[in-house]
Amino acid sequence: MRTLPRWILLPAGLGALFVILPLIAMAARVEWSGFWGLLTSESSLAALRLSVQTSLTSAAACAVLGVPMALLLARSDARGMALMRSLVLIPLVLPPVVGGIALLYTVGRQGLLGRHLEVLGIHIAFSTTAVVIAQTFVALPFLVLSLEGALRTAGTRYEEAAASLGARPSRVLTRVTLPLVLPALMSGLVLSFARALGEFGATITFAGSLQGTTRTLPLEIYLQRESDPEAAVALSFVLMLVAIVVIALAHRRRSP
Amino acid sequence: MSLVLRAAVAERDVELDLEVAPGETLALVGPNGAGKSTALSLIAGALRPSSGSVELDGRVLADARTWVPPHDRRVTTLSQDPVLFPHLTALGNVMFPLLARGAPRREARRRAHAHLAELGLSALAARRPSQLSGGQAQRVAIARALAAEPRLLLLDEPMAALDVDVAPALREQLRGFLAERTAIVVTHDLLDALALADRIAVLEGGRGVGIGPTAEVLTRPRSPFAARFAGLNLVAGRWDGAQVRLEDGSSLSALCEESPGTQVLAAFRPAAVHLVEEGGLRRTVRALAPRGDLVRAVTEDLAADLPPQEVARRHLVPGSAVRLAVAGEDVTAYEA
Amino acid sequence: MRRMLRSAAAAAAITLTAVSCGSGGTAEPTILQVFAAASLQEPFEELGEQFEAEHEDVAVEFTFAGSSTLVEQIQQGAPADVFASADEKNMDKLAEAGLEAAEPVDFASNTLMIAVPAGNPAGITDLASLTGGVNLVVCAPEVPCGAATTTVQEAAGLELSPVSEEQSVTDVLNKVTSGEADAGLVYVTDVAKAGDAAEGIEFPESQEAVNTYPITTVDGSTNPELGQEFVDLVTGEEGQQVLAEHGFGGA
Repeated sequence: MRTLPRWILLPAGLGALFVILPLIAMAARVEWSGFWGLLTSESSLAALRLSVQTSLTSAAACAVLGVPMALLLARSDARGMALMRSLVLIPLVLPPVVGGIALLYTVGRQGLLGRHLEVLGIHIAFSTTAVVIAQTFVALPFLVLSLEGALRTAGTRYEEAAASLGARPSRVLTRVTLPLVLPALMSGLVLSFARALGEFGATITFAGSLQGTTRTLPLEIYLQRESDPEAAVALSFVLMLVAIVVIALAHRRRSP
Repeated sequence: MSLVLRAAVAERDVELDLEVAPGETLALVGPNGAGKSTALSLIAGALRPSSGSVELDGRVLADARTWVPPHDRRVTTLSQDPVLFPHLTALGNVMFPLLARGAPRREARRRAHAHLAELGLSALAARRPSQLSGGQAQRVAIARALAAEPRLLLLDEPMAALDVDVAPALREQLRGFLAERTAIVVTHDLLDALALADRIAVLEGGRGVGIGPTAEVLTRPRSPFAARFAGLNLVAGRWDGAQVRLEDGSSLSALCEESPGTQVLAAFRPAAVHLVEEGGLRRTVRALAPRGDLVRAVTEDLAADLPPQEVARRHLVPGSAVRLAVAGEDVTAYEA
Repeated sequence: MRRMLRSAAAAAAITLTAVSCGSGGTAEPTILQVFAAASLQEPFEELGEQFEAEHEDVAVEFTFAGSSTLVEQIQQGAPADVFASADEKNMDKLAEAGLEAAEPVDFASNTLMIAVPAGNPAGITDLASLTGGVNLVVCAPEVPCGAATTTVQEAAGLELSPVSEEQSVTDVLNKVTSGEADAGLVYVTDVAKAGDAAEGIEFPESQEAVNTYPITTVDGSTNPELGQEFVDLVTGEEGQQVLAEHGFGGA
């Protein structure tokens, strides 16, 4: 701190205000008298329930798909890994709407895979599965990136030691590698859960919007803005609280 | 033979031929880049030989067609860093290899406790690695390596990271454990080799340049590195029956049993060297450094440990010209 | 794009004027700000061009968005001269805020229509055929097109069970044109806009929910006369013809 020039306090302070002020402004607009009623309305509860349910499922899907990806990216020196890493990042930089359109052409009724799934009697469009797919698509990079970083930092010496002590690769993975990066795995899961919870663009483009089936909290907020702005503000406030809790959790995990 | 390593790694220009007998400990010494790490990697399974083979107890671990993965080799490495798993207790660490080999939990716990007791670590069984001192952690690592019951133990500078007051006790313990075990120890430390090794192999430039019983290698070094490792001066010349004739025309008295005319190496301790006014070997002092209660004068190729008074009286500084002499009974000459 | 160019030209003109202030003489176009419901974009842009052709030194600048958003913007002080709403509710909101400069005039109407993907793969014929095992997409009741949907549904005495209730009529149409949905309820004008990607099926109950478009000049306008002339163009014969070409019904 002593080596920093004092003037940077000004832009840094402005930056902090820039982030915090909108949150305060929104909190100030909440109609506290009707707050509970707005939150516990049937549509709000349905959206909240659906959001939590789908986001948890997406986080689990991210773990199932993302952990092996992170392991390969961190440990394999096979050719093409650099390219793989860039590809994994795409959902992170893609506008979610574009992600939604891409998913539509993949698992939509006439999509690349969807066509064949339809024949098998599997309908993804307009189902809760579609919501989970959209959320997993956008949340996956968060888990992969945070885990890959931790794996690289941890290095391979513990794994080599474990192999030298006679442990088979699967045992090394479950008893050494994963326990070592558990904090990063947890914060990656929390982050991907949070990203799934906030997912809007891909869901609205791809999954549709039906109470209890595909209308998650962000979609409900957007819809309520049309007819009942106060309910939208109340729900936004809840989502903000969830975001704060999630960030606190992720941070606590990261710096034990 | 227990281990037979006859393999080359082309891209590192390493070509090795080593054997370790059952129950024997072989020390691998050599300057940096001599091929010591490559040898360990070949044996542990971190590296594939480009030609040749690695065999342990008659089983091919690696050759052109065979590849046994590291976990299946029964070769355990103990390095200077204990690499204890931070999420497990000391006991958990020692149980790890037992569980990995399929021991039931209760049995693994009992045996791990026994290994910890053997190293005097029973009181620390419940500690996490972060709560152990460097010496304690290294002892847990030894207990863990022993629990793996390797057919071959690889020790990679096992004492290098320890405090000087911890190393001797640990070295003594290790010496007990290695007595009947088959092991290779890579070291830069003469004391390690003296205490642990039955034989020493000297590597230089990716090749073996001398192998023999510890006493033999340390008293009759065959390469400049081996001489330096043993703390000896080494010169080459021809034995004329009475003296060793060096290439620059000077000569040294020596004890030698070779027949006259033999090309020989002559080894002598720096402390046996003294300064003379006439004759002797003419050298220039390159550097001076304290060494115990003596001062080591390093010249082009030789070292002399001199009393400080002598250095002061002659005003020796880097650049001073000196004549070095050594008594014949302090020089051992042997066939090159 | 055209609009952007026009704004850029206007901005450039203003700059020029500012620079050449002392010398005087450069004509500065008057800008007419028209806030119009998103569904009006195509006919209004045509009419805007006509208007500019008839009025030298006038540039018409459009803001197209949802009617409720536009009312909100006008209330927050956005500089609108003319406001054309997609429904009476939002026009009433403007009146409540005391921002109407004149009595609104209804100038167009729109009714719902069944939109199906090209080729009508699910074989939809009328409103009743939307009930059995069809992937139907409609607007959510919270938005105007959804309110209209509820009305026709009640008029027909049907219980529709859509697979999705979308945010906007555009979202409904997209689901249909991409083939995700077998059918959707949208406005006649939307089907016209979709071209070959969708087919429209009329149904009699649509007359129960006729959506009327009112237009008015906005209080506090800097060009009230010009604004009124634009309203006259829209409500006049020419305007009605252009609107009809885009599928709008008469008021």
